[in-house]
Amino acid sequence: MEKTVSHVALFAAVIAVLGLMPKLTLAFGIPVTAQSMGIMLAGAILGARRGALAVLVFLLLVALGLPLLAGGRGGLGVFVGPTAGFLAGWVAAAFVTGLIVERWRSAPLGLVAGVASVIGGIVVLYAFGVVGMALVLHRGLLESAGLVLIFVPGDIVKAAITAALTVSLARARPQSLLSRA
Amino acid sequence: MISLTSPVRTRAHGWPAGLKLGLLVAATVLLAAQDALAFHLCALAGTLGLYLLPGGRFFRAGLRALRGLWPVALIVLAWDGLTGDPLGGVVVVLRMVSAVALANLVTMTTRLSDMMEVVHWLGRPLARLGLNLRALEICLALVIRSIPALSEKAGLLRRSWQARAHRAPRWRLIPPLTLLALDDADHVAEALKARGGVAGPKTTKLP
Repeated sequence: MEKTVSHVALFAAVIAVLGLMPKLTLAFGIPVTAQSMGIMLAGAILGARRGALAVLVFLLLVALGLPLLAGGRGGLGVFVGPTAGFLAGWVAAAFVTGLIVERWRSAPLGLVAGVASVIGGIVVLYAFGVVGMALVLHRGLLESAGLVLIFVPGDIVKAAITAALTVSLARARPQSLLSRA
Repeated sequence: MISLTSPVRTRAHGWPAGLKLGLLVAATVLLAAQDALAFHLCALAGTLGLYLLPGGRFFRAGLRALRGLWPVALIVLAWDGLTGDPLGGVVVVLRMVSAVALANLVTMTTRLSDMMEVVHWLGRPLARLGLNLRALEICLALVIRSIPALSEKAGLLRRSWQARAHRAPRWRLIPPLTLLALDDADHVAEALKARGGVAGPKTTKLP
């Protein structure tokens, strides 16, 4: 129990610190923040349950009024705005990413972490995000999807980096990969 | 840890956090249920009026917190303008701005400690279903304590990288930072165990 609490807390802190990192801009002008990569990493490294809990604790602190989201945003306002669906989707994204890394052990770790990050951190996350945006902006699902598809290339880059980071962490210290413990 | 609570003292700072959250839920449901342009114009005017009551400094801080909405607002207005429903777009934008502004208002007028009390109160029924409230509280406190410490470690890693390389470290900082966090987590788990764990004090029934 103590290990779960400390790992969940420290990874929630990692997600917050990743939000303080300066954003990258891709060649085609799309900004990429490291924070959403923290969500993929939480699942890939901590596993489904602990990863989702770390994201949930992080979001609870954001709701309580701490400016922990990239760009110093936070408070209750972000949970009623157009990107609220993406925040809700972070929990499911970390869970699905972790679940795939936990269960799929027959393929190389890099491939598994990459595929898991794409399914969890893009497919699942955008499903929540697009529904949230459709509800807040009173649009159809296709219209809402059209508004956010521009960010998918950046997220594919993040999934690839998450795969590389997961492999390098597993090589440096195999026991640190709690999703495979 | 810096929170988004406004340093400008307002009357609402003294109101119970639960009451403010209840009013916020009611207002958000009402905003979602209405489609009339006049209603949403009045709602936004009323919300801005609430921001103006404590003075110009509070009002400007409130407006700054809404800056992130303008690209979405512009896209919605342009889209609905082009598809022949400009009034529909205005209603959507007014509703979104009012809802976010009211939610931000609750955040700006409620201290972190008051919000934590609400979490504790909301968690009590869940505790009967097995939620360990003590573990949750310890977890939240640990995150708040760990963010500045990890942030400082990230700064040290960045400086040591820059001393050895010309290029910015970017994502290369993440593996060592994650390893440091996982190491810290192991130490914290040991320390928690040594102090009686997170299960809470055991009670013994007297015969």
